[in-house]
Amino acid sequence: MIRETQVPMREQSVADRVRNFNEVPLGYSEDEAVSEAERCLQCPTAPCVAGCPVGIDIPGFIEHLKNRRFGDAVARLKEANALPAVCGRVCPQESQCQGVCTLGIRFEPVAIGRLERFCADWESRHEACCPEVAAETGKRVAVIGAGPAGLTAAGELRRLGHAVTVFELLHVAGGVLMYGIPEFRLPKAIVAGEIDALCAMGVRIEVNQVIGQVRTVEDLLKDDFDAVFVGTGAGLPRFLGIPGESLNGVYSANEFLTRANLMRAYRFPEFDTPIKVGRRTVTVGGGNVAMDSSRTARRLGAETSMIVYRRSEEELPARAEEVHHAKEEGIDFRLLTNPIEFLGEAGRLIGVRCIRMELGEPDDSGRRRPVPIEGSEHDIEAETAIIAVGNGPHPLVPQTTAGLELTRWGNIVADPETGRTSLPGVFAGGDIVTGAATVIQAMGAGKRAASAIDRYLKAGEGATE
Amino acid sequence: MRRVYRILAKRTLSPEIREYVIEAAAVARVARPGQFIVLRLHELGERIPLTIVDTDPDVGSVTLVVQEVGKTTREMGDRFHEGDSVLDFAGPLGRPSEIENYGTVVCVGGGVGIAPLYPIARALGQAGNTVIGIVGYRSRDVMLYHDEFAAACDELIVMTNDGSYGAKGFVSDPLRELLESGRPIAHVWAIGPAIMMKVCSEITKEFDVPTTVSLNSVMIDGTGMCGGCRVDVGGTPQFACVDGPEFDGHKVDFDLLIARQGYYAEEEACSLDRYLATSAEKETP
Repeated sequence: MIRETQVPMREQSVADRVRNFNEVPLGYSEDEAVSEAERCLQCPTAPCVAGCPVGIDIPGFIEHLKNRRFGDAVARLKEANALPAVCGRVCPQESQCQGVCTLGIRFEPVAIGRLERFCADWESRHEACCPEVAAETGKRVAVIGAGPAGLTAAGELRRLGHAVTVFELLHVAGGVLMYGIPEFRLPKAIVAGEIDALCAMGVRIEVNQVIGQVRTVEDLLKDDFDAVFVGTGAGLPRFLGIPGESLNGVYSANEFLTRANLMRAYRFPEFDTPIKVGRRTVTVGGGNVAMDSSRTARRLGAETSMIVYRRSEEELPARAEEVHHAKEEGIDFRLLTNPIEFLGEAGRLIGVRCIRMELGEPDDSGRRRPVPIEGSEHDIEAETAIIAVGNGPHPLVPQTTAGLELTRWGNIVADPETGRTSLPGVFAGGDIVTGAATVIQAMGAGKRAASAIDRYLKAGEGATE
Repeated sequence: MRRVYRILAKRTLSPEIREYVIEAAAVARVARPGQFIVLRLHELGERIPLTIVDTDPDVGSVTLVVQEVGKTTREMGDRFHEGDSVLDFAGPLGRPSEIENYGTVVCVGGGVGIAPLYPIARALGQAGNTVIGIVGYRSRDVMLYHDEFAAACDELIVMTNDGSYGAKGFVSDPLRELLESGRPIAHVWAIGPAIMMKVCSEITKEFDVPTTVSLNSVMIDGTGMCGGCRVDVGGTPQFACVDGPEFDGHKVDFDLLIARQGYYAEEEACSLDRYLATSAEKETP
């Protein structure tokens, strides 16, 4: 008899967690993981594998779990995914593997993400399984950007025996995993652990290296490297372009989260970087970044932390779990509402003027277009506003690489299957190519590019595919 | 891995202003006047932007002049000595100054802003310009970079607030006189406190002389990611880190810049007080 619902994962209580930055879900015990693994039908079609952007052998690792062969489960997982502790926590499983799970047709799908996380956490408490590295090929690859795409590409390339150097402009590796996603959703020690594992394989990571300024892609290819992978992400915050946006108290989500996460401003003054959160905080946007920002504001002491989103609940792009956690934590969702002006007094934010929206005809994205309702303007009092409406491509590498073909939005044009760009030996993947997407999609792109780079390097000098 | 950014030399220019020569070979090789770096002292530290004052590609060093205005700069002055290293040092950042032969240019520097203006004045001179320098100090006790600046300029006017050296007054006074004299001035650079750059830009605007200012807004990454350094230039939001730090002074909304620079005043004071309290404890065990 199959259990119809997922084995629940224990969580920190709401009352506790809104006062700390510790991780919210606490993980499965071995017995809980085995019970959940037993729900997998081991169906022959395994649609979950196709639903996974990096093609993890999901039934395979779950079968090992069911048989309590935890080490084997980890090894199977790591064949396809270098960062399981991260993906188990931040992937939108409901629209990927779990969304197509056969069991999900009748019951709740298998909690694949939770099982993945269990494996990674189990490994961190036991002897790490270091993937085998092939014999040195003598080829050298530069990876620009130590985020999900770059780290995945680096891990894969190293496994194939190439010498890999990752250049990161910030003072730590991890990219959005370090500066963007909060501690309570993805503990930084976990990211650091995954990165240490890559370094143990022989991946060399150089921080504080602003490629595009200190050296260009051209320099890298000329001096030391046989190929370059660009995974510099979508780091340029978008603003709304409405009046009052430069008032004190208006943050980009990037700045707000970077202060809190990367610079640990939630521990100011022990850490030197400050952050300011008023009694009332308004976050604009409906994605994961908006959820992260509003929940961070709550933890930093905002009595009301509100989300303003111009479409309806159905269109919220955030992961279901994030919306659920945000609601539990008392985040006030003002849907079908759009800001039109930030209101200030003496240079400081005092409120956000909004207008109500209704859904009209479908737009290019297939979603119904939000249309303002005339005369519905209203003011929301707030001392802090956080703009979380997406990011554009980080401009430094695109702007400083002559001959690199870009889209009109400034993203790098790259073949989705191989990551090949308009320049020989230069590959790209992740958000710098696709625009802001998910961690796992970036990892998938990094992985595909790594195998294309491997083929390119093995084909020899000047070869084209 | 992290390179080692060692302090090769440290010099006190005034009780609150120190010069550091820091080992950072890769930055020294490519940095140009007008650019900046971001540094972080230690694991608990904040990232602070500092404009590059000089580089020595042969030694592989970058020179910075730091005014001790808050906790981090104070701590750097107190605890980071020759032979010590800062933990992180990233750059060069921002766009370099647009150096070309304009004709006769005026370089107006105020306080600690004189140091980063020095390499620009020097480069302008090397590009064939006649360089008139106007520098303003509080008093003759803090004449930082006077000799270097003098060497980079064809003419130099020195002002002090108290009249203890040169003429008494502000840099804006001789700037106005110069423009009123009818002498053709092709371009003005003004670097110093925001209020000084504002006043200078207002004066040059009257005479329609193009003016470049260098903005020191609050920033974190320094590469376009946080947007904290956004400034309004001609009605358009610009990021000081990647679009600047130099902008057309006639188009900058200085009042907004000044307001934004002051946003964390309370936190900065809290952090400094806490630091001074713990420093005092350490000194009296």
